Amino acid sequence: MTSTPLRPFARRLWTETKAAALAALWISLLAFPLMILKINNLTGALDPQWSRLPKLAVAVFLGAYLWRFLLRRRSFSAVSKVVAEAGGPPPAGPRPTWVDLIMKTRRRKPLLGLVLAALLVLPFFASPYVVNVMITALIYVTLGLGLNIVVGVSGLLNLGYVAFYAMGAYVYALLGHYFGLGFWLCLPLGALSATVMGLLLGLPIIRLNGDYLAIVTLSFGEIMRLVLTNLGVTRGPRGIPNIKPPGFFGVDLNGAPKAFLMRTVDLSPAMDLNKILIYLIILALVALTVVCVFRLENSRLGRACLALREDEVACQAMGVNRTRAKLTAFALGSTWAGLAGVVFASQITFINPSSFTFMQSVMILSIVVLGGMGSIPGVIIGAVVLILLPEQLRFFSNYRMLIFGALMVMMMIFRPGGLIQSAREVYRHQPAGGGSNDGSSRAADGDTGHRPEKQAERRPAHA
Amino acid sequence: MPEAAIDRPGPDGSANGESSLPESRQSGNSQSGSLQALLSKSPQEARQPAEALSPQLDASRIVLETCNLSMVFGGLVALDQVDFRVERQSITSLIGPNGAGKTTFFNCLTGIYPPTRGEVILTAADGSEIRLKGLPPDRITKLGLARTFQNIRLFNNLTVLENVLIGRHCRMKAGLLGALLRDRRTRAEEREAADFAYELLVAYGLDRSVNDLAKNLPYGDQRRLEIIRALATGPQVLLLDEPAAGLNISETRELRELIETVREREKVSILLIEHDMSLVMTVSHKVYVMDYGRLIAQGPPDEIRREPKVVKAYLGEE
Repeated sequence: MTSTPLRPFARRLWTETKAAALAALWISLLAFPLMILKINNLTGALDPQWSRLPKLAVAVFLGAYLWRFLLRRRSFSAVSKVVAEAGGPPPAGPRPTWVDLIMKTRRRKPLLGLVLAALLVLPFFASPYVVNVMITALIYVTLGLGLNIVVGVSGLLNLGYVAFYAMGAYVYALLGHYFGLGFWLCLPLGALSATVMGLLLGLPIIRLNGDYLAIVTLSFGEIMRLVLTNLGVTRGPRGIPNIKPPGFFGVDLNGAPKAFLMRTVDLSPAMDLNKILIYLIILALVALTVVCVFRLENSRLGRACLALREDEVACQAMGVNRTRAKLTAFALGSTWAGLAGVVFASQITFINPSSFTFMQSVMILSIVVLGGMGSIPGVIIGAVVLILLPEQLRFFSNYRMLIFGALMVMMMIFRPGGLIQSAREVYRHQPAGGGSNDGSSRAADGDTGHRPEKQAERRPAHA
Repeated sequence: MPEAAIDRPGPDGSANGESSLPESRQSGNSQSGSLQALLSKSPQEARQPAEALSPQLDASRIVLETCNLSMVFGGLVALDQVDFRVERQSITSLIGPNGAGKTTFFNCLTGIYPPTRGEVILTAADGSEIRLKGLPPDRITKLGLARTFQNIRLFNNLTVLENVLIGRHCRMKAGLLGALLRDRRTRAEEREAADFAYELLVAYGLDRSVNDLAKNLPYGDQRRLEIIRALATGPQVLLLDEPAAGLNISETRELRELIETVREREKVSILLIEHDMSLVMTVSHKVYVMDYGRLIAQGPPDEIRREPKVVKAYLGEE
């Protein structure tokens, strides 16, 4: 063989070009009816836009090139990892990405505090629109974290999560509408009723797994929506209007306090103090959720749920009560949906069943999957990306679902573990010498008195 | 259970009083898994621990017993009236051709399948007898039966320590409230469990991988971790389902040492399903042979080796 080093390169270039050209042809065909065939609105005649075709083809051609290049790079890194694992020392994990770098920085705590402080003062300077969008995003963060307990931690695919969300919202709306109960009473009540409903649904489906569980929960979500649509007490599709915002110790902030502030500190009349209160409430709820989920994940119960996800038979053989673990996960996840539902109802002040469609469940699931199954920062970032990005891209709104779909495909190919992959706690054994307290410091989230060594380091679980 | 109902392992009199094994398990040629090779072994190579230990074993020390245990799947009789006994702190092996029902037997013991007929009786440390039949697997584990699986079933995306901690689950108490509030008692329990798990890992040589994900361990270490995880449940009887499957000669040798260490250190009885005859014959005090769901022979390894029925089951008739 007299092959110059250029030969294989030329050959590969040729294959790549062929593949890219094929892709361009393929997409052109697919997009032909959508982008080329247009009807002239005035004359009603067919007015094909031929000039678009070459542009599209060239764009796809270049895109395909880039795409295949990225794919190749990815498969190369996968191969090199396998090689590294086959011999020699164990790999130190995958190459850290910018996300990992942020997560691992030693100044994580002050950074976190800074972000939190910024979030706290944000509503006082931002426009009501921004506050509203932020509330929605934070509601989805709560929902995502709640669903994360069910899907990410316990591996139970729940496609009807929106039913529990609706439960919380309707509990508040109905109790307020008929009995005049306030937000603060309804918040625990909504959470509790969602929990109970989670338990009730959980009991019969405890034996189901995977696809079957997904089908049952999906149906349950639809049943819930249909019941809400057809029930007299919920006023069907007309919904429930005039849901009261939360009071601040019984005072409507948009009443006297606002008037007072407008007089004294020149408060802009556009400022909605109730929305700011809701924002602060949901922010506090998110903080509470993060703490709870974190503690749960690193507790006996959370480990049981994780084990359930990994291998149900082995998990039982290790003495974990499957029924209890599953029910707990299911009911706990529902609790947070209920909480988020109450806040949601108070935010938009009018709810009807069309707020709780299957698309909502898909959205929340996408947040969990995109962010990273079982990873708390991942879910937060996933929610922010999926809620805030469409708001920012409003001028793109026709293509929103298209972009969304493409994003999901890319994620599954390039980062199947999610934006921030879930990481496990690192155990560092303290050598004896400290008496009975010599032992471990399983990293805690900042609440323990006894913590000889704090571990900020985490390892990705989907290496 | 009544004393009379117990058939003692034949006292072979040659009490040399050693608790550790003779030096017979060194040679490379004895590693061959085939029975044929073992049948042709010289006598001194075929010395067994049973001779060493049986004088100390006696009938009242039975820890796990099955009476008439049967398992029927539709028309298939997977287990047919199995009477099985495991003595405290002994190593008992169950061998048999593929499909003989060994793993089904394990699944019946550990509650993964509910047995069709018969009883499984575990004698607790305090001497009380507990009927295991019909109990869910997690209860049985808590009562003191822990197992490993033929195909490794670790929690792949959790760390080695967490795998062992899940084994510790049934000995811990913290509930939901403890997890969320993380009170003093919960923290102490967590710490204790983590230390316990770490000590187990140190004792069985996996402490350097404590923070590795289970799926990243080498195969032999995964097998080892499965055993450690089972030990973390604090068992009285440890059930090992083909622990040597897929291990090479040196790994099998390490496994044999591991099994003996486990028996001595943890004071557990070990019930072993294994195809590797060199392992079974050197490590067991008593061997049961199963074929078509029935026990066809039982006794100390050297008797089993000579038993015509066993030879027939494995090699067929001439």
